Amino acid sequence: MSITFQIVVCGSIVPDPLQTLEPVTGQAAPALKNEMMLPAVLDPWAAHALYEAAHLAQAQPGSKVWLVSMGPKAKLQQVMMTVAQKVPFELVALDGPASGFTDSFATAAALAGAIEAIPGLDKSRLLLFGGWESASRGAGSTIQMIGERLGITEQFQGVDRIAVREDGGFEVLERIEGGRHQVSVCAAPPAALGWATGFLPEPRNNPQVGMANMRTVMPALQRAKAATAADAGLRFASVSLPKQQRETRIEKNMAPEEIAREIVAWIREE
Amino acid sequence: MESILLLAHTEADGTLAKPALEALTAALALGGELTVGLVGGAVESAANLAAAAGARRILAVRGEPFTQPRYATDAAAAEALARAAGAAIVLAPATARCARALPGVAYRLGGRIDTHATGLAVRDGVPAVTRWFYRQRMEAVLTRTARPWVVLIDPGCFAPWSEAVAGAAQVEFVPVEAPQSRTTVTGIQAPKADEQTIRPDAKLLFVAGAGWTKKQPDGAVHVAEAQQLILGALRGAQASLGGSKSLVDLSGEGQAVLPFMTHLNQVGQTGSTPRHPKGLSTCCHGEEPHVVGWRFVNERRAVNLDPNCGWARGKADVVYVADAFAVVRELNRLLG
Repeated sequence: MSITFQIVVCGSIVPDPLQTLEPVTGQAAPALKNEMMLPAVLDPWAAHALYEAAHLAQAQPGSKVWLVSMGPKAKLQQVMMTVAQKVPFELVALDGPASGFTDSFATAAALAGAIEAIPGLDKSRLLLFGGWESASRGAGSTIQMIGERLGITEQFQGVDRIAVREDGGFEVLERIEGGRHQVSVCAAPPAALGWATGFLPEPRNNPQVGMANMRTVMPALQRAKAATAADAGLRFASVSLPKQQRETRIEKNMAPEEIAREIVAWIREE
Repeated sequence: MESILLLAHTEADGTLAKPALEALTAALALGGELTVGLVGGAVESAANLAAAAGARRILAVRGEPFTQPRYATDAAAAEALARAAGAAIVLAPATARCARALPGVAYRLGGRIDTHATGLAVRDGVPAVTRWFYRQRMEAVLTRTARPWVVLIDPGCFAPWSEAVAGAAQVEFVPVEAPQSRTTVTGIQAPKADEQTIRPDAKLLFVAGAGWTKKQPDGAVHVAEAQQLILGALRGAQASLGGSKSLVDLSGEGQAVLPFMTHLNQVGQTGSTPRHPKGLSTCCHGEEPHVVGWRFVNERRAVNLDPNCGWARGKADVVYVADAFAVVRELNRLLG
């Protein structure tokens, strides 16, 4: 039996991992120094969720993928120029903060509102995807709260694989402690899945997909509504960079045998 | 100090696992009136332990539907316990099970949640949570006025509570009707015991970088030997295996490299941040996105041919400029 899904992927933007980050005190909450100048990328685990969504949609003809993303509009536009070349999707943009210091509760409220407003969305076929944690806040709590707001109580986190079954249900592999996976079967959508890395490689850029996506990306960015993710009850007492800089001893002339002996002695030290 | 609820799932034998005992220590250190909420098939041992630790109330949700780690039932149980306890602060260990269910519970309770707490203390009379942002790149201390405030404590941040347990506790069982769920947990997939490369309790993290799969001085790649050497080191040192993103991605792209290396081994910005007392990096450049995953590895050493690699710039305690193949070959001989 072929089942069609409506897959909504939530994913924001984060500073490029290679950038040096420095916190500064903002008006209401901390921020990153020169935040708007930092090159950004789609949040890595959200990106995996997007690729998995596209893969699933391709395997289940008639399925459709939306990417719901909140961030400063100008930064979103930059990032979408690249992301749009990867896989087909329709963008739903919210012009709001992408900072790690925003609150997941408020972020979930804004994203759930945007999902509710997608015209013609059939919640009985809905799969809510996202990264299991962001590379900014790293809370791992936003998808669950969006799910609750949308009435989705079949939820999975740290997902590495979804496999659709003949009966229309699907099997899900979730990461658990000790490098293991928990295997569950969900009989039918709707469901929320917070993705870990999955098993798919990053898709190559495809200019044709990019051109098709850009027909909807630019209007979506123009339509992007302003959103906030502030929480008046959240106060940061301090934000600081780790101060520890190690005094590295560099050994250039030790023989492998000597190095191995030293390492073994070090391993065996209590 | 405000009232505290510690939520925990019991093991099959009714005891509490180490992360829950660590969260118990954190809860006791806060000093408020403590209620312990237990979920599982059997709860007696854990309840006795909670009583010995000084819990004023012990609540429990028991029953077969609540033994499966599943969002719908776990959330229903936690919600019922939180409502019955009425506590301002809800603490729980950051296990996969709690991390999956408690954010939704925080929403249902009209509260807020903070995860990956690495510290918890009373500051100016209110609880303050320490946690990291931007994948362990900056550390913040935060407080909240919203209640209930759910806080998930990362494993390894507090000593597990361990004192003598005597007597039987009085447990208040909270009735919960198991919600309808379309999800059935069918099992666990784990590598065979002798193929297990991830050992969270290991004293040593052994990280293999992409250099293991590159051409060696003789102009050839030696992946089979690399595999044998790495697995030998893991066995000899009873270490846990970590990988850099570049090496793990090679495996994911179907190239015939280190078949035991998966994304589960990946350490860093888009991987894990494991806690081990010591870490040994081999054939890895020590780039910042990888090294942020070493935030909670205390003592660090690296073997690399490049004396200017990232590790040499204040990220490791010792850098051995040497051929990792030769060093690990010798290491295995000594450990064997």
